[in-house]
Amino acid sequence: MAKILMKGNEAVAEAAIRAGCRLYFAYPITPQSELIEYMARMMPKVNGTFLQAESEVSAINMVYGAAGCGKRVMTSSSSPGVSLKMEGISYIAGAQLPAVIINVQRGGPGLGDIQPAQGDYFQATKGGGHGDYRLIVLAPASVQEFADMASEAFELADKYRNPVMILADGMLGQMMEPVEFKAPKTDEEIAELWKQHKDWCIQPNEDGDAKHHHEINSLEIDPLMLEKHVNKIYAKYAEIEKNEIRYEEYNISDDNEILCVAWGTASRIVKSAINELKKAGKSIGLIRPINVWPYPYEAVAKAIGPKVKQVYVFELNTGQMLDDVKIGVNGKVPVKFWGKVGGVVFTPAEIQAKLEECF
Amino acid sequence: MEIIATRPETLTKTPFTYCPGCLHGVAHRLIAEAIQEEGLINSMCGVAPVGCSVFAYKFFNFDMAEAAHGRAPAVATGMKRARPEMHVFTYQGDGDLAAIGTAEIVHAANRGEKISVFFVNNAIYGMTGGQMAPTTLPDMKTTTSPYGRNTDDIGFPIRVCELLDTLVAPYYIERVSLLSPAEIIKAKKAVSKAIKYNKEGRGFTFIEFVSTCPTNWGVDPVKSRDWAKENMLPFFKPGLFRDKGEGV
Repeated sequence: MAKILMKGNEAVAEAAIRAGCRLYFAYPITPQSELIEYMARMMPKVNGTFLQAESEVSAINMVYGAAGCGKRVMTSSSSPGVSLKMEGISYIAGAQLPAVIINVQRGGPGLGDIQPAQGDYFQATKGGGHGDYRLIVLAPASVQEFADMASEAFELADKYRNPVMILADGMLGQMMEPVEFKAPKTDEEIAELWKQHKDWCIQPNEDGDAKHHHEINSLEIDPLMLEKHVNKIYAKYAEIEKNEIRYEEYNISDDNEILCVAWGTASRIVKSAINELKKAGKSIGLIRPINVWPYPYEAVAKAIGPKVKQVYVFELNTGQMLDDVKIGVNGKVPVKFWGKVGGVVFTPAEIQAKLEECF
Repeated sequence: MEIIATRPETLTKTPFTYCPGCLHGVAHRLIAEAIQEEGLINSMCGVAPVGCSVFAYKFFNFDMAEAAHGRAPAVATGMKRARPEMHVFTYQGDGDLAAIGTAEIVHAANRGEKISVFFVNNAIYGMTGGQMAPTTLPDMKTTTSPYGRNTDDIGFPIRVCELLDTLVAPYYIERVSLLSPAEIIKAKKAVSKAIKYNKEGRGFTFIEFVSTCPTNWGVDPVKSRDWAKENMLPFFKPGLFRDKGEGV
């Protein structure tokens, strides 16, 4: 299929529809407006549900209800709206429901601004909602990857019965790049998807006397029962940590003198700086976590070559991934951080200058 | 021996966990009977709230979801949109529906979601131990209005049926009372109508039950009903607000 030039927000929406998403509930917010607008235009054409909810709180609870029926369902928002969804995300994780949430991050805290930022890393990877739970978090670095992650997110959500977040930013949402889409699932394929959840989800009773009674629920009032429930969820998370670590190695070699770690939009800018410095004979490697939970701690450790004297973390925040990198590096070499906040995006020249200071 | 009354199949065998004299059991029973009578046991699903009836998902004998506080109408919306072939209801108390969930109920009603909402109004938060509700009457004492509800400070109780009756979309809105056997029989008729309209996919149906909370009001069950008749019914007047099926 030929490539199409598209904004990230629209590309991920199209890819979600192709992946069999037929239910989408959301509330307008910049810079993800093109996503909700694309869904408003396209969902009726595939007999899907587009519903503009009265709030992000309602939207995520609509997702909870639809996911409880075993159907592929998605919501999207940007940082302040995602904060509002955190209540529902905790319930979705607690009730072990498959759902996809897209965060097109903007500057924060509070109302912040509407420019690209990576300030929701803590919220996405360390909690955000209450209680012991984890989100699987995919962090795209291009419009193509953003689109590809839609189907990956649904597959992971279905496989592990856990909410999956695609943690993009205003740059990826607004930027246009060529995208190649996967063939859409057929109506017949989509109609069968929910059946993988037949043994637990809400559905009409077609079993005659062997009537099911399924409960979509995160409440366990008996502490010993809740303990068991949370431990069961965490056993699942151990599996996810084993199976779903994804990262990109860029220019990694034994000649590296610096190892960079960056994710999403920031990683692209770091790559440009690495390429420039390569021309000057300086060898710098990059680890780009593609999934930021589970985190590629071992990949970071392994990428520290014999000549690496510095690990450098670059993010569009105040250093939210820094702790994870330090866990991976485990004191072997010094770890430095530099970032920009407030929706201000650093340039390749600025990164280059920071790296040159290390030689 | 002839059995003339028995537990409807639409209720599980799990015993209710409500306080002595509580009317949740009566409300559950009316809804369960209506679902059974309409033959919807295999296609019905419901949403339980946060509050005393938080365990309603254990009592109704079909698929149920437990919602976050106030969010039941949004959860029910997701369920109905995901499974239009099924019939969906929510069961909610006054704190849940008329305080934290005000946005969800108003907008579900305004969209004309094809769901039924059963709203139990006993003028107090029961499960958390008797705090002031959005429906607590003026001067009524609760653990968070220990000197009585001061309307200058916190305003007046919210009449939800009247509020929803300002919207265009709702199909059927009625307030009934559970305070006497005669009124329970009337309530049953309203519940049956809501479930029938739900079966027929007519639109948003809403039943408010005026109820009691002997435990948190600190009175015995009989006195609680007398108190409610004297104090709640004048403010929350039972009646039909809207029935598009009957042209009302």
